[in-house]
Amino acid sequence: MTWPPSPDELHVVRAPEPGGAGGLYRAFGETLRGLKTTFARVVEGVHTINYPEEKVPVYPRFRGRHRLHRFEDSGLEKCVGCSLCAAACPADCIRVVAAENTPDNRVSAGERYAAVYEINLSRCIFCGYCEVACPFDAITMGHDYEMSDYDRSDLIFTKEMLLAEPFERTPLRAEGE
Amino acid sequence: MILGDVTYYEPWWIQIIKGVLIFAVGLQLVPLILIGERKILGRFQHRRGPNRVGPFGALQPLADIVKLLTKESFRPRTSIGWLFRLAPVLSVLTAAAAFAVIPFGDTVDIWGTQVGLYGVDVTIGPLYLFAFGAVAFYGIMLGGWASGSKYSFLGSMRAAAQLISYEVAQGLALVGVVMQAGTLSLVGMVHAQDEQGMWFIGPQLVGFVIFLIASFAETNRAPFDMVEADAELVGGYNTEYGGGGFASYFFAEYLNILVVSGVTATVFLGGWLLPFGIDTPGALQPVVVLAKMAIFSLFFIWIRATLPRLRYDQLMSFGWKVLLPLATLNALVTAIVVVA
Repeated sequence: MTWPPSPDELHVVRAPEPGGAGGLYRAFGETLRGLKTTFARVVEGVHTINYPEEKVPVYPRFRGRHRLHRFEDSGLEKCVGCSLCAAACPADCIRVVAAENTPDNRVSAGERYAAVYEINLSRCIFCGYCEVACPFDAITMGHDYEMSDYDRSDLIFTKEMLLAEPFERTPLRAEGE
Repeated sequence: MILGDVTYYEPWWIQIIKGVLIFAVGLQLVPLILIGERKILGRFQHRRGPNRVGPFGALQPLADIVKLLTKESFRPRTSIGWLFRLAPVLSVLTAAAAFAVIPFGDTVDIWGTQVGLYGVDVTIGPLYLFAFGAVAFYGIMLGGWASGSKYSFLGSMRAAAQLISYEVAQGLALVGVVMQAGTLSLVGMVHAQDEQGMWFIGPQLVGFVIFLIASFAETNRAPFDMVEADAELVGGYNTEYGGGGFASYFFAEYLNILVVSGVTATVFLGGWLLPFGIDTPGALQPVVVLAKMAIFSLFFIWIRATLPRLRYDQLMSFGWKVLLPLATLNALVTAIVVVA
């Protein structure tokens, strides 16, 4: 094939010339078509969700606010204060200070326990590496994402706060939903 | 030299009451159209619109007004002080003045007193409207110029060109109606539609369409909102205004929409007349007019949701090359038909 192609090889499609009576007619028709299009959107109804009243359910694997866990039978903390979560944390928002378990003060199932366990949620990027790093599944990511507060210091969650049963504020998506 | 006369006189105290009443009604209608526009525009975009303040967001305009009026009143160092303050006042003043001639009903008998349900019935109705429309343009022009900002100035210059070019077409579109009605009084036009047994939207369909399109330009509404053009002019003539000044411009803009809706309803849709020759009782006449105005206000919002802003040169060529000849032709044909 030669270049440029000859006129009879080309399939030329041109838009109608603008202006003139035909242009006016087309513009009018297109305006009506546009009006129809926008009105169809009204008929379709709203697609938004009234957020604080209605909430989009989260997926089971949604990474929300962290939770610390206890053994259900003995009530002991799963966390042994190994600081692997703090080591894995890319945002460096976890602080763990470990202490030895003693026979009369048994907090966790292991040798040591976390005397201090703090997560600075204003730093946390919710990557879930802490959850992956934890050898005892002591820390998991929960489903809560409503964590706004008036004070930055209120966003530093202590061990007690992380251990407490969270309010079920966010609906969970059912299986297969 | 008497340029215009008032066809019907009432005692001075009735006129004062009417003046207060009409301004109060206009003041109530503006927040209504504000919330209406935001809600309806939301529906056009799959949204709900404001629904937080009050039941169904009905108090949103109130909250907006309180927010605007309690804001700090500042002006740029480069601005011209008194003009900067005068311009928004001028805008509101002219819009409210234009609102006065819209008839909400015929002369009705209220406890033995004949009261016209309109501000004034001037014998120069459309001329009065265009006169105040022309002064209203000073409000925008001065606002842009006195701001001492290039965006404001550009916006107001665009406003100048746009308003002048579309006022011509708008005026010529009304000429046909004036000829058919044989009067310049807006009340008289409604009476003429009553006598001729048809609304002027029928015989003056072309005039109606031209008037409607030109009205979009006159009120600086999409798709002719070249004056504001938020994307390119950061708001145009009201860029430097905040708080009360901005609220005034906003108020004037929506009052202008009401005025234009009212004029269209009066001139083309038979004002307070009901279709099929149903006699409108005196008390219902304002309701009928308001309903017709609402239809046009809705249409304004619908158009805003639909059409993109025109390019500036397209706007100009459309005004001068399409609307003006069409309006002239319409006036000419009407003249021939009326005379023949």
